[in-house]
Amino acid sequence: MRLQHLLGIQDLNVDQATQILNTALEIRNLGSQSLPKLPTLRGKTIVNLFYEDSTRTRISFETAAKRLSADVINFSARGSSVSKGESLKDTALTLQAMGADAVVLRHPSSGAAHRLASEAWIHGSVINAGDGTNEHPTQALLDVFTLCLELNRPMGDLQGLRIAIVGDILHSRVARSNSFLMNALGAEITLISPPTLLPVGIAALPVSVSYSFDDDLNQYDVVMMLRIQSERFAEEYFPNEREYSRAYGLNAERLSQLHKRAVIMHPGPMNRGLEISARAADSERSLILNQVTNGIFLRMALLYLMLGGSVEEVLA
Amino acid sequence: MKIKVTNIQDSLGKKITLSVENGFFVSSFSGENDVEILDGQGLTVIPGLVDLHTHLRTPGMEDAEDIDSGARAANAGGYTALSAMPNTSPIADNAGVVEQIYSAGKKNGNVSIFPIGAVTVGQKGERLSEMNAMHLSQAKVRIFSDDGNCVSDSLVMRRALEYVKTFDGIIAQHAQDPRLTEKAQIHEGLISARLGLKGWPAVAEEAIIARDVLIASHVESRLHICHVTTAGGVEIIRWAKERGFPVTAEVTPHHLLLTDSETLSFDPKFKVNPPLRSESDVRALREGLADGTIDIVATDHAPHQNENKDTEWDRAAFGMIGLQSSFPVSYQAMVESGLISLSELIERMAAKPASIGGYSGHGSLEPGYLANFSLVKLDTEWVFTDFVNYSKSSNSPFFGSSFSVLIEETFFQGRSVFSRKANLQ
Repeated sequence: MRLQHLLGIQDLNVDQATQILNTALEIRNLGSQSLPKLPTLRGKTIVNLFYEDSTRTRISFETAAKRLSADVINFSARGSSVSKGESLKDTALTLQAMGADAVVLRHPSSGAAHRLASEAWIHGSVINAGDGTNEHPTQALLDVFTLCLELNRPMGDLQGLRIAIVGDILHSRVARSNSFLMNALGAEITLISPPTLLPVGIAALPVSVSYSFDDDLNQYDVVMMLRIQSERFAEEYFPNEREYSRAYGLNAERLSQLHKRAVIMHPGPMNRGLEISARAADSERSLILNQVTNGIFLRMALLYLMLGGSVEEVLA
Repeated sequence: MKIKVTNIQDSLGKKITLSVENGFFVSSFSGENDVEILDGQGLTVIPGLVDLHTHLRTPGMEDAEDIDSGARAANAGGYTALSAMPNTSPIADNAGVVEQIYSAGKKNGNVSIFPIGAVTVGQKGERLSEMNAMHLSQAKVRIFSDDGNCVSDSLVMRRALEYVKTFDGIIAQHAQDPRLTEKAQIHEGLISARLGLKGWPAVAEEAIIARDVLIASHVESRLHICHVTTAGGVEIIRWAKERGFPVTAEVTPHHLLLTDSETLSFDPKFKVNPPLRSESDVRALREGLADGTIDIVATDHAPHQNENKDTEWDRAAFGMIGLQSSFPVSYQAMVESGLISLSELIERMAAKPASIGGYSGHGSLEPGYLANFSLVKLDTEWVFTDFVNYSKSSNSPFFGSSFSVLIEETFFQGRSVFSRKANLQ
């Protein structure tokens, strides 16, 4: 496999996804669960181009690249030429001139990574680290990686799992990427959200939809909570935080009604007490910190496959 | 100056001869001396096309288009009359600016330019502009529009419709409920759900059309709906026309051919206002244009400099150029698909827009009309490229597309203003 860009889950087939997951597993095993340091990408330059504030995704990509011995340049929009009004195109051309082998892009505009890749502004690889409300493909991959590890499943096998994704679906790139990937790997996805926060045209996604978090609550194997942003209340999507939390929050009461094997996920950052209670976030069922750790393995695997050798090499 | 155009056929396929004298079609020459013979070489003649919706970007945005480049693109596309939308800088909301545009058109001399005046001061939708003064100016403005913005306030819309009755004016509405389309990017439907781009609901257009046909009927004044894009919009206009409401409507070539699935590329060349719609909307628009519910094709030619398109989708400007691709795209959507004949399409691109705009002398090959016409090669194959694009801007999604009808020559008031072969040499 040679993946030039990773722009969205919608561009990835099941074999490619499974290869990325298997590679992540191999890398994890190399370090016997701690982070290995590999020389594979020595001499390669990876640019983290971040137009939005991000802690975990940026640090995760940075750590992954460094663990593969790549040179990492962190570029955040704030305090850079971007804040002086430089366009994405000119920033990209500048990075290209400086010889970036890969650009990891986080951007508030949906489709920004596609623009970087398709207009040949960049010759190297483009990895979408979250574009507007479109996709966040590495988050979906690390979520699946985490589920397969924790539920003792073969990599890429989510057959028969019932997964609820709860919250602001309309604005969630995580929900979109996960819906496509988890469905392709055999899971049944239910999106749970108030109607105001579900997109019109939801039939385009391979999911079922519910307005109620309480119906079938004990049927789900996985409950993934999404962050609700405070501006949604100002934009009249929902009356106020209290009502949202009552209807769609994972509170102690709902926590107690989950199936005994059910696990809890959240892409972070969390609003404790709003969409998720502290008790749920810190419970034994919570995979939230596993998601963070696994994100590094997954991103190492991705960078390795895109910039380094083949799967066969790493498995050898 | 006398010209006899021979060896041509009209859009019905009938062999005809055209006589032109002093810039007009005539039934016979005043004398048989000094008649220049133009051999049409078996080409098809069509009247000069009339556009009711052109953005010429002048004054103020001449980097994207000016009167001369717009006129060249128009002539190359078979157009000899343009209606210049008022969203210029400054905005054409007073007699001074519309006269400036009008006289720039006169000076160019290769196309008739009819300025459209803004309905409200600064196109802000709040206070009526001096529409009467614009009408009484040299530009004789008859169509008013806040195009780009919707006249969203019901009372302002009612007053505007009433006000233009004194001179039989028309309000051309850009139907877009502003609150329902805040930050909207693409048609709200399956594609917007899939991509996460902010949806632009059809109802934002349909609700304004419904409101305005009712107001127009109530105050008995003329309403024109700009660039209809939704099946529901077509249905409401059909309903209004059945009741004899004084409404006309236009559709753009690109909305007749392209769907929102183009958005999957995230290429802002496909970013237009109103947005590209679904397959079923496109079908309804074609049927509406075929059965007369939609009266005319209008280009919504909207030039933009590259830097406003070579960006992320949500930062890109809305619009595409269309003067040169309008006829071939419309032909493909309407005639090649078997919905209407060539002559029916030409009627919707020349005679009908001229009649709605009150542009007398335009849109016909009959004696007494201005000798505006093009010679067209049918059943050919050519590829539209930036190389043969005469607009100052290159924001067309049709570069690289091949078409079957080709404008060979265009005449304005009996004078050759475009010759494809001469330009290639």
